[in-house]
Formats: sequence, structure tokens, C-alpha cells
Amino acid sequence: MVMGSLRLEADLVVIGGGPGGYVAALRAADLGRDVTLIDERDQLGGVCLLEGCIPSKTLINAVELATAAKDAKRLGVTFDSLKIDPVKLRGHTDKTVKILSRGVSQLVKARGIDVIRARARFTGPRSITLEGGEVSGIDFRDCIIATGSRPRTLPWSDGSGVWTSREALVLPDTAPATLVVVGGGYIGLELGLVYAGLGSQVTVVEFDQRLLGGADPDLVEIMVKRVRKQLHAIQTDSKVVGVERSGDGFVLSIERGGELETLETERVLVSVGRVPNTDALGLDSAGIETDAMGCIPVDAQCRSEVRNIFAIGDVTAGPMLAHKASREGKVAAEAAAGHASAFDNRAIPAVVFTDPEIAWVGITEQEALAQGRAVKVGKFPLRALGRARTLGRTEGLVKVLADAETELVLGVGMVGPWVSEMIAEGSLALEMGATLEDLLVTIHPHPTISEAIMEAAEMAAGAGVHLPR
Amino acid sequence: MFEFLLPDLGEGIHEGEILRWHVAIGDSIEEDEPLVDVETDKAAVTIPSPKSGRVTALTGKPGEVVHTGEVICSIEVSGESHEAAPETVEVETAALVSTEAGVGAPPFSPQRGERSPIPAAPATRRIARELGVELAAVPPSGHARRVTTEDVRAFAAGGAAAQPSRPAPAPRQGDPAAAGPAVRAEPAAPPASATPTISSIPFLEINPLPDYSEEGPVERIPFRSIRRKVARKMVTSMILAPHVAHMDEADVTELEALRLSQRDRYQDRDGVRLNLMSFVMRAVARGLQDWPELNASLDPVREELILKRYVNLGFAADTERGLVVPVIRDAHHKSVLALAKDTATLAAEARDGSIQASSLRGGTFTITNIGPLGGTALVPTINYPEVAILGMARVSEKPVVRDGAIVIRKILPMTLAFDHRVADGAQAARFMTTLIRRLEDPASLLIET
Repeated sequence: MVMGSLRLEADLVVIGGGPGGYVAALRAADLGRDVTLIDERDQLGGVCLLEGCIPSKTLINAVELATAAKDAKRLGVTFDSLKIDPVKLRGHTDKTVKILSRGVSQLVKARGIDVIRARARFTGPRSITLEGGEVSGIDFRDCIIATGSRPRTLPWSDGSGVWTSREALVLPDTAPATLVVVGGGYIGLELGLVYAGLGSQVTVVEFDQRLLGGADPDLVEIMVKRVRKQLHAIQTDSKVVGVERSGDGFVLSIERGGELETLETERVLVSVGRVPNTDALGLDSAGIETDAMGCIPVDAQCRSEVRNIFAIGDVTAGPMLAHKASREGKVAAEAAAGHASAFDNRAIPAVVFTDPEIAWVGITEQEALAQGRAVKVGKFPLRALGRARTLGRTEGLVKVLADAETELVLGVGMVGPWVSEMIAEGSLALEMGATLEDLLVTIHPHPTISEAIMEAAEMAAGAGVHLPR
Repeated sequence: MFEFLLPDLGEGIHEGEILRWHVAIGDSIEEDEPLVDVETDKAAVTIPSPKSGRVTALTGKPGEVVHTGEVICSIEVSGESHEAAPETVEVETAALVSTEAGVGAPPFSPQRGERSPIPAAPATRRIARELGVELAAVPPSGHARRVTTEDVRAFAAGGAAAQPSRPAPAPRQGDPAAAGPAVRAEPAAPPASATPTISSIPFLEINPLPDYSEEGPVERIPFRSIRRKVARKMVTSMILAPHVAHMDEADVTELEALRLSQRDRYQDRDGVRLNLMSFVMRAVARGLQDWPELNASLDPVREELILKRYVNLGFAADTERGLVVPVIRDAHHKSVLALAKDTATLAAEARDGSIQASSLRGGTFTITNIGPLGGTALVPTINYPEVAILGMARVSEKPVVRDGAIVIRKILPMTLAFDHRVADGAQAARFMTTLIRRLEDPASLLIET
């Protein structure tokens, strides 16, 4: 076979094998479409599985275990020596990723989905060319674009040797002595804490006045109070304007309060958001125009303006989160199979895997305030909760926001241990159109952290009993 | 490429089971030629092709359920440029699903999510989408103005919102019936009067079935389509209408003599077989005009009795797929011959499945004649929301006393079951006595009615 000479015809082409693309491919195949999945990587799973959520959570877990072990001194549990072996941890992370990716491949294979390793580029509304494989192009009926996103770089950071999250997730044999994290969003904080746990002196530099701008300040404050002890410094209101190599390390130029400062460090991690992978797709040829952010405008069915081409996940507007992409993947697959599916979700939960974790869904208190919306807010601090005491983790808060008139739940926010596992209850409440009463009459098991949701709902409804009136 | 969406099947019917495709992929079809047979809860309907052209895709195999608004078939319309899809011609693997390059998708509108979403569960929202209902337009019945699935269905059926259900008595913990002791009344006559949802029945306890396979081999057969519809109607009727059965006998010796003397004549002339039921229909239609409360429906929401100033007679027909009740419209204006003709036509259509949904609705009174199959008496179930039903048993020769002597006469046993909320025994007795007098005096049928 001559390389690049084979042209195929396909029914439904999915470009991108991440949590949006592979889910779309599986669902569409189950609904009777003949699916071809295209991904340029050697393994399926996309950024989330290969160089995002999964490796980062594996690392975070290890570091948190170590922190918890140190904290256990207060409970009478001591360890003679405690250290993290980066090489072993890296091996465990690689293995975790490999197993999960293989699982995806097996699911895909079992459904008879054709997988092609190549980079796709549109040549028309029904055709793509492929680079890097033996198939040169595909003519298709329908297409789902799920090419995801990549870390945003800054004008000074390109080619300077600084890390993005991708490099930071591959642990070096020895953690750097010093690390500056540029950008105090969730990726920067999560990875900053990983390296702090590995022994690096970590400084977080944030352009904005505060960290995690999208979350409510009272939640963030509780997290920062604990995290501050692990980080060397948190510098807000600071803009990195340049970088220079200096020996084995870097010198950053930072504007702060109108003055220029310099900061020396062994490593730099830039985590200032992500950009959609839409620029190299040849979307013009397909007749698709992206918006100012580079996103593909889609309707509720995830169909683009070119009606046989769908787009899901990070290449569309909204939060760049794996679970949003997966849901959209199912919607697009169902719509492509002729079902009356729509992305009509009421809320997309956000989770920050710091220690303590932060999670929220629906409206935040600061958004309610900005919109001038009349809401009832109930807050319950974890220090009043039995389970939190038993863990020795009393820092934390759960809040529930409801419409002042109907008491329909509009938002749930939380900070504390394991809240990443609890926020789905808030999502369910929002999707179902639950009221405060629905939450507060639901029996939550005792003793658990989840009781705080019920308690917060009671506080919002003015019916709480576990706090002094 | 034309994508054909399953059209509204009427009467709040939004799904049907595919019985048979009249075409295969690749076939040519002319406009109005039969495309597919779909069986709904009420009847089998043949859906004609809306276009002429070549069939490129069919959705669903026989036995599968399709919903209103779903693409069931794609037709490459004759004369339409082939250019639209040259590169897809070879792609036959996906023929069982729809979509030709997004055709049939709604126009692009990059709108997503309402600013103040209507509270409704995800499944309710999906059903609304499938029925093409705007949630915002649906009157909500739930707490905090939450829209329920019942609200959406009632709205789609053209009725008002489901009535807010009364608070049900707390079910016992762990009671398997707790999940749904509610008996949902079918919206029997939308849109004029949406029947309310009855929230619970005291003492009603529905326990899960034992595992019969422990005792021996069993077979499980899906309970669908007409069978399920009959089940719903019967349960509704038995629960909502307090039934009373009034029984009597008619001496049809003279009537049968008349019928048999004329039978061949009309058989030869019109090809119609005069049967006893057509005479009974004629007499019933006349009687219902005298006792209109038996030709009525009770609106329990507005607490009004609806008297119908027309008589549409339903008659029970046994078919391969189950019991159906074809309706003879304006029976009070029809002769015995016309009634016999209509009965024969509708019964044949019911049996071969070609009967139209419109011929299965609008009845005001039902007659069920079990006689040809045997039986000395029967207690029929009212075809709710009608108020009464007449059951005919087998005509047989019996010794009876006439003028002090025992003679052999042809006797027709009949039962009138009626809704005791609406009518009393006295009315039923008078109706039956008059009916019997008319049947026993066939001349009066001719002269007086």
C-alpha cells in the first residue's frame, strides 16, 4: 500500500479521542451509526486521561496521603520517616494512565469503531484530509469535532523552556528546589500543591486580585488559609512580563503595584488557561467560522452552523471540563442518530482538587449579587459537623442558594474534604428542579460530611437546629 | 433528500409499533403509496408516503416502537439533484439510521439554555422535546411551579395541566406500591374535559408478583399495544364507574322470522347480511333518545353531565390483535340496513387492521354481542367514559309460557350495565323494557322509529 493514497468513505467521523470524542463515538455506535474515530495520539483518552485530570489526580492523591500522614501526629499516629519517591510515583501514574487508556481502546474496539491515528483537516463540509497515517482522506456524512484544547501560552513564555501543565505532570527524578506557578487558577493551584508536597518551594503569581476568580471568595479563603502553609508565597495583583534564562533556572520580571520586580526560580509553570484546538482544523474549508475565543458556535444539539458537523467539549463555548465534553458527546451522538436529544443541562459542576477541595454548581453567591437576584443563602460550617471533627478536618463550609420566592435550589458551593464527591447532589438538585425542602427532608447518612448539604438547606429555609440561633 | 418524521397519530397518541414496511431501502415509492404500517394503542394505521422518490433509509424494524417527530424514513425525492450526496451513495452501512448531512435538523440557532430555566426533571424535558412542547407554555402542577411529565403529556394531548394531585396518605415504609399507587386516568375525552389524576385509593395495595418460575417453566410476553390499552380502559372503568347490571330477555321469535324472510333479498341486492345486532342497534338508538342520561358522559372535574344529542354506537369486535370497538356514527339517523352495512364494513376493517383511528373514537354507547360465540348471560364492563353498555348473549329456543301454555320461542338474554353515578335502576329497567317491546314487535321498529 502506498502511504497516503487511501481515501475512505465514512458515515460518522469523530475527530478527537478524549472524554468528549470517545464517548460520542461509543454512543453513536450503540445507536447504529458506523463510526470512524480519528486521534493524533498513540493512545486514546485525550488530555484528560493522558496529561490532565487522571495523572494530576494520581499525583494529588499521593501528596495528600503524605500530608495527611504528617497531620496524623495530632491524632497520635506517627511515622518514623516519610518521603515521596518521584520515580516510583511517576511509574504508578504512567501505569494508571495506561490501564485506563487501554480500557477506552477496548470499549472502542468492541463496538467495531475504526480508529485512525492521524491529524485531520477539513477540505470541505463533507471531507477531511489526514496527515500522519496511511489514509489520506475521508469523505463523511456527519462529523463530530472533539479536538479539545491546549495550554495557553503567553507572549514571553513561548519557546523559553517554561513548563505547561503537560510537562509539569511528568515528574522529574528530583523535584525542583523552587517553582513559580504563573496563574492561580485550578490547574496552577493543584500542580503547585503537588510540587510543594514533593518538597519544592512554590510561589503562585496571580494577575488578578484573588485566586480562583470564578469561585465564591468565602470558599476560596478557607482553602487558601490551609494551602498558604504549604506554599512559599502567594502573590496576587502581579503580572509576569518577561522571562530570562539564568544558569539552570529562570528570572521572571513581574509588574506589581506599578513597580517592576524580579524573581529567581529553578522552574516556571505557566497555567493561564487553555485555548481551543480549532486553528489547525481548516474550519474555513468546511464553512465554519469560530468566535473571538476560537470556539465553534453550536446549538443545543451541538450542531454547528454547517448542519452535518457537530462540535463538543473544549472547542465550544463554556467551561473546558471533561464532564461537559462527555455530556455533549452523548447529545451530539444521539442527535446524529435522529434522537430528540439536547444539551439542556441546568448546570455544570466545577471541582478544584486542592486540599481542602472546592466544588460548586449553579449560581454562586457573587453571581447572585452581581445579577441583583433575590436569593436565600444557607451556610453550614463543617466545624459544627461530627464527621469533620472525627477527621480532624474542621475547615470547610457548605452553602446552598435558593430562589427567595419559590425556594428552588439555584446553586450549591462547598469547600472541605471530599466535597468533589458530594457536589453531584447539588447537580441533581438543580437538574430536577429541587427546592430547599426536597434537600432538607432527604435523609443524609450520619456521620458524614454530606450532612452539611442538608444542614445548609435547613439554614437557607430558616429551619436549622445545629447552630445557635 | 426528504426526511419523513412520524406524523401525529391523533388523540394524544405519540408512539406506535412498526408492524411492517411496505418498502425496502433502494425501492422507489410514489406519493400516497403505503409506506409503513404502525400499530398504536388504538389501531393499526397505514402511513402513506408524503413524497415520490427513492427510499434511502428506514428507521426501526418491525416490533420496534417509534415516536411522533422521529425521522422514520429518508426519501430521495424524484427530480431532486443527485449532487447533494454523491459521496454518500456507497455508505449503506448506516442505512438504518437517518441523517443525510444534517438535513431535517432545525435551522441553526446558537442559543442554549434559558436564563431562568423552567424547573423540570431531565426526563420530563426530554419528553417535552420529543413531543415538541415548549416547557414554558406548559401549566405546571408541581410544587414551586415544577413541570411534571404528566403536565407535558396532558398539554401535548391538548388538555389542561394535570390536576395537582391531592396529598396521598403516607404509604407504609417499604411498600412496593409506594412508588406509584396512583391510578392514572386516561385523558379520555381531551380536550373538553381532561380527566384528573386520582392520587390514591385507600386500602389499595399492589404487591410484587411471586416468582412463578420457581414452580415451573414460564413464558413472559410483552403486554403491549391494544392489549395494554384495553387493560387501562377496563381498570379505569371499573374503578371510576360504579357498575350495576340489569338483565332481561327479549322474545325475538317474530323478529327472527322477519329477519330470515328478508335476509336473502338484501344479501342478493346489497351483499349485506342482515344480522340481529343491526335490529338491536336500531332499537337502542331510538331508546337512547328517550333516556339521554344513558347516552352521556360525566365530567367529574366540572361536575356536569354531558348529554350527547347524537348517537354513535360502538360495537365490540374480536380481532387477531385483540378487542377493538369500531363506532357507527349518527346511528339514530340510520336504517337497519345501513347499520348492518356499516357493521360489516367496520368489522372487516378492524379484522384486517386497516381501520382508521377516527373510526375507533367518538362512541356514545357500546353494544357487545357474545351470542355467536355462546353464553347465556354476561356482565359487560362499561366502555368508559360512556355511561352504559348493552351485552347480548346467545339467542336460543326455550320453552316459555304464553297465554297459559308452554310454547317454544326464540329468547335473547340481554344485560345493560350502567354507571350508577349517572343513572338509576328505574331508568335502566324502563330503557330495557322499551327496548324489549320494540324487539318483540318488529312492526313498531318500522313504524315508530
